[in-house]
Amino acid sequence: MKKYATFLWDCWRLSFVGDWRYHLWMTILTLLALTGLYAYCQQFVYGLVTTGMTDQVSWGLYIANFTYLVGLAAAAAMLVIPVYIYRNMHLHDVVIFGELLAVAVIIMCLLFVMADLGRPDRFMHLLWRFNFPISMLTWDVIALNGYLVLNLHICGYLIYCAYCGRKPSPKFYVPFVFVAIVWAVSIHTVTAFLYVGLGGRPFWNSAIIAPRFLASAFAAGPAFIILTLQIVRRVTSHQVSDDALLTLRRIVQVAMIINLFLLVCEVFTEFYTDSAHVASARYLYFGLHGRNALVPWIWTAVAMNVAATSLLVLPASRGLGVLNVACLLAIVAIWIEKGMGLIVPAFVPTPLGEVVEYFPTVHELAICVGIWAFGLLLYTIFVRISVPVLAGELTYEKRFGKPNEAVPGEGVRLP
Amino acid sequence: MKHAESQKPESSKPEVTRRGFFAQGMAAVAGASAVAAAMSPLRHLTSGDIPTLEEFFQKHYKEMTAEDKEQVFNRIRTAVGKRYRTEVNLADPPPMDGVEFVYGLNLSRCIGCRKCVHACVAENNQSRAPEIQYIRVLEMEKGSIDVETSDHHYDPPLVPNPDKYYMPVQCHQCADPPCVKVCPVEATWQEPDGITVIDYDWCIGCRYCEAACPYWARRFNFTEPEIPADQLNPNMSYLSNRPRQKGVMEKCTYCLHRTRVGRMPACLEVCPTGSRKFGNVLDPDSEVAYILKHKRVYVLKEEVGTIPRFFYYFDERGSRYAEPIAPADVGGDA
Repeated sequence: MKKYATFLWDCWRLSFVGDWRYHLWMTILTLLALTGLYAYCQQFVYGLVTTGMTDQVSWGLYIANFTYLVGLAAAAAMLVIPVYIYRNMHLHDVVIFGELLAVAVIIMCLLFVMADLGRPDRFMHLLWRFNFPISMLTWDVIALNGYLVLNLHICGYLIYCAYCGRKPSPKFYVPFVFVAIVWAVSIHTVTAFLYVGLGGRPFWNSAIIAPRFLASAFAAGPAFIILTLQIVRRVTSHQVSDDALLTLRRIVQVAMIINLFLLVCEVFTEFYTDSAHVASARYLYFGLHGRNALVPWIWTAVAMNVAATSLLVLPASRGLGVLNVACLLAIVAIWIEKGMGLIVPAFVPTPLGEVVEYFPTVHELAICVGIWAFGLLLYTIFVRISVPVLAGELTYEKRFGKPNEAVPGEGVRLP
Repeated sequence: MKHAESQKPESSKPEVTRRGFFAQGMAAVAGASAVAAAMSPLRHLTSGDIPTLEEFFQKHYKEMTAEDKEQVFNRIRTAVGKRYRTEVNLADPPPMDGVEFVYGLNLSRCIGCRKCVHACVAENNQSRAPEIQYIRVLEMEKGSIDVETSDHHYDPPLVPNPDKYYMPVQCHQCADPPCVKVCPVEATWQEPDGITVIDYDWCIGCRYCEAACPYWARRFNFTEPEIPADQLNPNMSYLSNRPRQKGVMEKCTYCLHRTRVGRMPACLEVCPTGSRKFGNVLDPDSEVAYILKHKRVYVLKEEVGTIPRFFYYFDERGSRYAEPIAPADVGGDA
């Protein structure tokens, strides 16, 4: 127990150790997160009137970001599957970064949901009267928190074992890894069902939403991890092989192609049928009754999606520079398409045919940026801690073997 | 801190530690004040914004015993009375046995005057700024029942426009309500008399029900509701028109504080054309039962399968089909 406390204390201290770039990055993230907290406190005092949401468009950026991030969290599975099921060892050393990402991202998801609640002070009501299994939201609560706990356990166990200098025992984590794979698919499916089950919203009430969710998640998530790994191998001593990145590239490539294909299926069904069902899609892609706030966004997303997919199928993206560009395009495109492009159009027009547009306010944006900054802050800390610990540079032995070593990070080589 | 340490030789360590300690202390103070500054808007919280222990641990309506209810109701009476400086008559009328309410709206008669909209606001203590309205009257194009062709914001000096017809929409009190299904905390449910109610003290404000409603019948308090003290309706009930708080949902309850004690909903009473009919569908002698049996009736968005307890109908009077005529005797199968 004392050992574990020392471990946590060392993690805490390690997170403050780094070169000036690290400190600058962390300071910026902290300031952004605090700005978000400031905006949130205002929202808490004055209510959701500080956002751009209305009775007509009653979910906005918070739920959009939430939806996107659930996908990002599921990406861990795309690293785990090749390693644990197909025994692809290229990814073996980086799989933990996917799981750590899942932890940080699920925390962001939960923060976005909290930000969206009108009465966060009544959060406890979820424990006292839980409408399970009828409400899909309760399924999502279980799915997300379960996924968080699973990944926290897996990462925590592996890192703690490295800290203690002992070999992790497979029976304490491998079963959880397999459960987490299925669970990753479930968080996505359940989140899709949240929307799909609403008969009054034709834009969502379509069976293709869940598969599209998974396809875009398995594209955006690994793309995000590719970028992370590029940074990890540039600024830390951790070895990331090109083969690991190229394996991930192949995953993103296939997922992007499937995602585009499903998009075509959806657009065809909507527009060729041309029934009353199409109003929301028409609003999204072409505007409705002269209202077209989302049109430039969605076409940007489509263009980026096509560009990213083209780059990824070309051999050029075996070059890591091109791969970075393709990944960035995919991440942004899917953020637009699955965030605002999925949530907002379902509310336009309203079930009574009114067309009211949604424009997020500065408050809302500040809160979103704040939560993103906080999530990145967490993830940076996780990576900061796990790299030296897993490399055996910081262990309990070393810490107490050399009593003069005041700063635990001293054994860590920094670039 | 680390830089300082790495620059100094081993021997000067204690000094550095002291300086390091000072720097750490400064950083901690700076961090704490930054967090305090970020949280400074919270000083604008009023006493009503922070739940008391009693409010925090208040039970769900369905779990309250009679004593619990009396305690909670007394607290609400005092709080609302104090805020609006008036005597508050807060009741909790139970649903009546053998009663299932339904509402009929005569599209041949409605002239779109919106008197129902405003009577509802006055009766049900909705926020006036910003104003929350439960009833939305659609000005429809003749020849279409597609709500997307409707005008929500028509504003002529006189109604009705002879080229249009009018369709008021409010909560349909569905028999299979999607809003109830989706609520994660069971803050909204269907009562035995068919009315879907909300426990405003239980709602967490996730707005999932608002997304689920195919009739756009639910409204959210995006900010603290404002009602001028002289406009407050002091006759209220726990599950319907007592003043709501910021951050919770609300909606039409068929004025259950009136209808459960034998009165008509406010929107019906004020209607100048008699377009609104309300009653117990289980009573074969009721007006609504008669209309359902004899008139041409339809429900809005039947295809979404919500089975509304709110229907629309047409008058046959004046219609060329009013008098029975002999069926055409062509191609008879006799």
